[in-house]
Amino acid sequence: MSLTASIQGPIRSIVRRRHRTEEATVGWLAVSPAVILLTCLLFGPAVAVILFSFTDWQLGAATFHFVGTENFAALWADPPFWKALVNTCLYVAIVVPGTVGLGLATALLIEASPGLRGFYRAVHFLPVMSTMSAMAVVWGTMLHPSIGLVNRALAAFGVSGINWLRDEHTALLALALIGIWQGFGFAMVLFVSGLKAVPQQLYDAAAVDGADGLLDRLRIVTLPMLGPVTMFVIILTASRAFEVFDSVRVLTQGGPNYASEVLLNRLYSESFDYLRTGYGAALAVVYLAIVIALTLAQARFIERRVHYS
Amino acid sequence: MSAHRPRYRLAGRIARHVLLVVSATFALLPFVWMISLSLKPPDEIFQPDFHLWPKTFHGVENYRVALTAAPMLRFLLNGVFVCAIIFVLQLMVCVPCAYALAKLRFRGRDTLFSAVLVGLLVPPQALAIPHFVLLHVFGLLDTYAALILPWIISAFGIFLLRQFFRSIPDEIIHAARLDGLGEFEIIWRIMIPMSTPALAAFGIFSVVAHWNDLFWPLIAVRSEDISTPALGILLFRDDEAGQFLGPLMAGATIIVAPLLLAFLLAQRRFIDGLATTAMK
Repeated sequence: MSLTASIQGPIRSIVRRRHRTEEATVGWLAVSPAVILLTCLLFGPAVAVILFSFTDWQLGAATFHFVGTENFAALWADPPFWKALVNTCLYVAIVVPGTVGLGLATALLIEASPGLRGFYRAVHFLPVMSTMSAMAVVWGTMLHPSIGLVNRALAAFGVSGINWLRDEHTALLALALIGIWQGFGFAMVLFVSGLKAVPQQLYDAAAVDGADGLLDRLRIVTLPMLGPVTMFVIILTASRAFEVFDSVRVLTQGGPNYASEVLLNRLYSESFDYLRTGYGAALAVVYLAIVIALTLAQARFIERRVHYS
Repeated sequence: MSAHRPRYRLAGRIARHVLLVVSATFALLPFVWMISLSLKPPDEIFQPDFHLWPKTFHGVENYRVALTAAPMLRFLLNGVFVCAIIFVLQLMVCVPCAYALAKLRFRGRDTLFSAVLVGLLVPPQALAIPHFVLLHVFGLLDTYAALILPWIISAFGIFLLRQFFRSIPDEIIHAARLDGLGEFEIIWRIMIPMSTPALAAFGIFSVVAHWNDLFWPLIAVRSEDISTPALGILLFRDDEAGQFLGPLMAGATIIVAPLLLAFLLAQRRFIDGLATTAMK
């Protein structure tokens, strides 16, 4: 008994250790493709783009020199860059309230009663699924100064329309409208799943307390309970809006006179139209830094909200 | 709602439909406009008075021009091919990695998971220049490989699947090991069948993202032959035939139709899939 116990221990630990090393081998085997690809396609390129940003390299050129922070200094002094940064923020500032507000309103309406619920949900979701570059082409014709639907409709009310995408005052606004059009169905779907999670007891309790009107229920129960989802939708919409590119590229290329220039279009033009690789890389580094900073700030913010609510 | 007051209830229901029809019109308008124009002859498009349905039906001609002047169907097939290959390769890389991160113990596991989390932060557009250079060095620009290679690693896919695999009880895996299954058999015969909802969600997310992507194809590809749908419609617009609005709108309809039809056929799957991947 004592003999078997005394040898069982070591045997068991040998068996376990063998199993451990085997498990580790399999583990390494299983992750090795991912590790290699993460290195070659994600972290390697991330380091490379930072290195490029300190050189004067141009795509196709045989030689390059390290120029220190010259590219960043040029960026700092470049009005189009600032215009792109400000426009991107402005675009986000218009698209986020528009998308979230419209998404919330449609979600509340769709969930208010069961009639045609599935139909409305599908219809509002269609823009989310549509290829933006093709739909941007379509929006281009809708916003066309003479034959476009928008100006025809305005003309019916005796209002003379303008060339929305060629006017410095409206180009960014028109792009933001397209952004809202594409995104609000997605916000709606997220709000609907938030609404489904509101417990019925809360409405019953509110009714007992005399709050059984539509607006009372909305104010006392629904909207406070939607707080976390709303926060999430705002963050998601903002980060998607920050990446705006397709509609700008297809419709305005950032014009007229940089009135609709945004960061990703700037990045694309400098890197692949003008082949200023070093400068484009500096832009990419700035873009990378902004996105990472925003994401981390959001993560911290969400964590705090979840803990204290 | 005020269940005791039927008249309010009726008014409320009518108001709901009225408002939803307004917002639905906003959502549908571009599609209706696109299809309407795709059926019209040029002179009718430029007429001052607008009719939804064409007076002279010019649909057949417009769609014929769109299909013959540019390889529209080729764009769609390219889209299917590229998206399918990307997704299959993503699974081949992500599934074993996610399994190991979720269920196996080995040195460096936590470091690797941290690396995946950091990888989640990196926007792919910022890596376009190095990816372009890499593909140039290997002579792969303007090939299918250029469209596919940068995407075969997905930090998001690893993260999503790892979270799902963790929710599968260890007992099932222990039982499978006792039955003599190796780790890769466990992945293939147990983890994959048990995680179809997560795989479907990731698949929908991946396919929708790459079908609709314009940024990367614009950089990586020049030839019509390997263009994906999002790029194809722009090549057609810059083409001679694309100057005419009827064929251009017909082309746009052909480009957006497949994904919209797929969505209409499997609405729940798409909405749930995209909502869950967004929530992670």
